[in-house]
Amino acid sequence: MAALRSTSRLVASSRPLFRPAFASRSYATVGEPAPSEQPKMKTFHIYRWNPDEPAEKPKMQSYTLDLKKTGPMMLDALIRIKNEMDPTLTFRRSCREGICGSCAMNIDGVNTLACLCRIPTDTAKESRIYPLPHTYVVKDLVPDLTYFYKQYKSIKPYLQRDTPSEDGLEYRQSQEDRKKLDGLYECILCACCSTSCPSYWWNSEEYLGPAILLQSYRWLADSRDEKTAERKAALDNSMSVYRCHTILNCSRTCPKGLNPARAIAEIKKMLTSH
Amino acid sequence: MARLSGLQREVLSLYRKCLRTIRQKPLNARDNFRAYAREEFRKNLSLSKKDFTAIEYLLRKGYRQLEMYSSPGIRDIR
Repeated sequence: MAALRSTSRLVASSRPLFRPAFASRSYATVGEPAPSEQPKMKTFHIYRWNPDEPAEKPKMQSYTLDLKKTGPMMLDALIRIKNEMDPTLTFRRSCREGICGSCAMNIDGVNTLACLCRIPTDTAKESRIYPLPHTYVVKDLVPDLTYFYKQYKSIKPYLQRDTPSEDGLEYRQSQEDRKKLDGLYECILCACCSTSCPSYWWNSEEYLGPAILLQSYRWLADSRDEKTAERKAALDNSMSVYRCHTILNCSRTCPKGLNPARAIAEIKKMLTSH
Repeated sequence: MARLSGLQREVLSLYRKCLRTIRQKPLNARDNFRAYAREEFRKNLSLSKKDFTAIEYLLRKGYRQLEMYSSPGIRDIR
């Protein structure tokens, strides 16, 4: 791990050779504030755990940042901490605009994407950042989503169809049929909803969880898919769908504003009406 | 030998699974695999047996490693 990191830093420091230096700096730091302004210090408590010392317990580490020099989002604060204060802090991030779903974490008690979460400007309150709840932690803020992805794979999230289209070109669908997929296709599988669901906490082995069920419904609702009956049969047991007790944490927490609970209700409706 | 706790049995079962998987590997590489598996277990010999969370983490990590190394594409280890 240490060797890996030192090489990546080498690459970073050699970058100005190939690119002008002004383009190489990150977006997390804002330029120097005007000298008359008061610094706005805010404290962040961040969950830390290092897998290389498994005998050591997880702990909270505090960092204090000047919000005037930090970008507006939680991810900016995290990147700034990593760049300027503690390079050992580990978290996933990629697109910084809420389209990749990498930076899902629990911020001030709510599962959300760090890149879509504004830093509360109330500096008296301290922010607490944890990894997604009830997930195995790989390191610091990085959760182990292997099983989540396995479950996603198990619902066969792709178009299943035997008959070719009439003209041999693409599979067409009417505008009304396409509209049915709105609010479903936008899901980025960040796992915020699944890990906020108490039912999923206790039954994550068998219950698919809101994110995966939303995707199930996305393929059930697709007019082009021809394996609807098989898909329904695979879900028709006491665990896959019916562990949803309409707690609605999923819809409340979804950082993309989707409604997994409605999708699950639609699946339940489809299963009862055959 | 004293009665083993559930966790201890799980660790032994993982070790046994490792040894069994090694038997699927080419003959000349088995010693290397065996040495590697042994070393991975030995690394954490000093862990207290009451450190449940650490042992459970290492078990999960071990299973992940086993799954990866058991792929037939991996023929030797150094």
